[in-house]
Amino acid sequence: MAEDQNKILDEVTGGEYKYGFYTDIEMDTIPKGLTEDVIRMISAKKNEPEYMLEFRLKAFEKWQKMEMPDWAHLNIPEIDFQDIIYYAAPKKKPQLESMDDVDPELRATFDKLGIPLDEQKILSGVAVDAVIDSVSVKTTFKETLAEKGIIFCSISEAVHEFPDLVKKYLGTVVTDSDNFFAALNSAVFTDGSFVYIPKGVRCPMELSTYFRINAMNTGQFERTLIVADDDSYVSYLEGCTAPQRDENQLHAAIVEIVANERAEVKYSTVQNWYPGDKEGKGGIYNFVTKRAICKGDYSKVSWTQVETGSAITWKYPSCILQGDHSVGEFYSVAVTNNYQQADTGTKMIHLGKNTRSLIVSKGVSAGKSQNSYRGLVKVSKRADNARNFSQCDSLLLGDRCGAHTFPYLEIANNSAKVEHEATTSKIGEDQIFYCNQRGLSTEDAVGLIVNGYVKEVINQLPMEFAVEAQKLLQISLEGSVG
Amino acid sequence: MLVIKDLHAKIEDKEILRGINLEVKPGEVHAIMGPNGAGKSTLSSVLAGNEKFEVSEGSVSFNDKELLELSPEDRAREGLFLSFQYPIEIPGVSMVNFMRTAVNEHRKYRGEDPISASEFLKLMRDKKKLVEIDSNLTNRSVNEGFSGGEKKKNEIFQMAMLEPKLAILDETDSGLDIDALRVVANGVNKLKSPERSTIVITHYQRLLDYIVPDYVHVLYKGRIVKSAGKELALELEEKGYDWIKKEFED
Repeated sequence: MAEDQNKILDEVTGGEYKYGFYTDIEMDTIPKGLTEDVIRMISAKKNEPEYMLEFRLKAFEKWQKMEMPDWAHLNIPEIDFQDIIYYAAPKKKPQLESMDDVDPELRATFDKLGIPLDEQKILSGVAVDAVIDSVSVKTTFKETLAEKGIIFCSISEAVHEFPDLVKKYLGTVVTDSDNFFAALNSAVFTDGSFVYIPKGVRCPMELSTYFRINAMNTGQFERTLIVADDDSYVSYLEGCTAPQRDENQLHAAIVEIVANERAEVKYSTVQNWYPGDKEGKGGIYNFVTKRAICKGDYSKVSWTQVETGSAITWKYPSCILQGDHSVGEFYSVAVTNNYQQADTGTKMIHLGKNTRSLIVSKGVSAGKSQNSYRGLVKVSKRADNARNFSQCDSLLLGDRCGAHTFPYLEIANNSAKVEHEATTSKIGEDQIFYCNQRGLSTEDAVGLIVNGYVKEVINQLPMEFAVEAQKLLQISLEGSVG
Repeated sequence: MLVIKDLHAKIEDKEILRGINLEVKPGEVHAIMGPNGAGKSTLSSVLAGNEKFEVSEGSVSFNDKELLELSPEDRAREGLFLSFQYPIEIPGVSMVNFMRTAVNEHRKYRGEDPISASEFLKLMRDKKKLVEIDSNLTNRSVNEGFSGGEKKKNEIFQMAMLEPKLAILDETDSGLDIDALRVVANGVNKLKSPERSTIVITHYQRLLDYIVPDYVHVLYKGRIVKSAGKELALELEEKGYDWIKKEFED
């Protein structure tokens, strides 16, 4: 959504950004496949400094020696990595005349989500003339941030403008050798966000790509880096509840977060990529590496995710609790319907003393989907008095779906206290009938029950996001009962 | 208001209702009694639209509409309320949220706007007082962890909130001590009106001391075998069901 909206905005305002995708729109896409030449070409097209090219080549070298992981509880069709175009200018969607030309199913979804008409037009590529207001909103937004010394820009821009910060932090939390998809992303990433919150600054607003002036089509290999310096705070929102379609089937993003002394970062995601049709055809493969390091003492990172989209989700937002007294939290709702597959969870790595972590995972499976929670809690030898509490719940709708829980515990310190609770429940026909008898439709009943079940996680989301997420959950499960 | 004609229903090929005929007029209270397994609860389930049961024959008209053609939720919106014998627990869904959704669905069906938050809270307060329900019950999840008595009171509270045209109380007295029974019965009596009809399904006469019926019907082997005034309940209490069984043995 943000990408599309910004694309239109930039067309209106004349594309003031020098770097990144946009200036390349007239250029040819590069050929299929991945070779060293392709990487050099990508870097050249983005007019990158030498250090970035080296970063990419190093990652590429490692990637060539790696194999795609197969340990997840996923059935992944073979992906031909040489059959992918790694750099392509964003395609212009055909401009439609009016909302009447938009797919009625999409319009119905928009209405259910309560998306304002103007925004609906932008999302579905209908010509809009009333975007000037948004431009001024965005300008005000940027000024407010600049006053506080907060940097919020595209990563391509940061590579040029803030090379010291990028060099210091990029690839330090998720190294290029971390895993197959991380190596791939490091070699070919196209764009993403960069955030830096200076010492002692509390970011006065939720940062969202929606407001990032030059967010372009960065969907496929997105790269985000967030650095919160000592005593700072930021809340960052990724994604959007509106259905997102993308022609690229393979997505492999990286998000890195660094929290220094007493810094706090809250990262919220609502992921609603195209999940494929009811027969399981199409849909995005989403292989994401998200990791935070609580570097400083008393720092805190909190991940909240609502995952409803994608055909395949492979994602484990994690926290390395290095600083003493640091805190990591993971709140997750993963919904799968039809033929969707999700293998998601977290890793909490306790390194510092008196570190604490909390995991709340709620899986909802419907249709013929498979939904797995996979979580690691690791307490190192020196992590005295580490605490973890994990709650992993699964809710099943119907009897053709699967829910799986794979908790891993590696405890090397006797003072650690680690608790794990798990439940599995099913929405019963008698519950639905009870709701029906009170005048609720079956879909409303499922929505009410599911939203009650995931409340603990949804409450972690910023207010407006939470309301949208609730509606989204209900829509994602439509037709799954009865 | 409600006219049942020759209603037959079965579950897994086992016929349970074998030709029910019953007419309920506005404002009337009908008691349906009978031994275990007579089909009392099946009748209430079929009227409410539970899909576990298959209607094989007959018709039911409710407010001049063909009830059996309506979905369970539309039957509720038309004003049919079932007080469940075993109310269902719905963890994580607050009573407030549940009732507000239900009230608004009823309003939508009647073409009215959703109720405002303050109006709704006032309505809840008033109805809680009316049925003497403990105020913290409504702060909990629907029926979750409620005692048997609390669940039944909660059914009557929901009935008060939704103001149905026809209330079917399915064994509302089962599992209640005498105090809870009184509270539940008082609630039902307070909600009585010339337009609102009630069907009380019960095994025992006890509840009928509190909710006085205009008619008593005896259901046996899927048919109404005897209908009379309230004195029939007393007779059943005294003699049990054996004489009915003897009289109507196939």
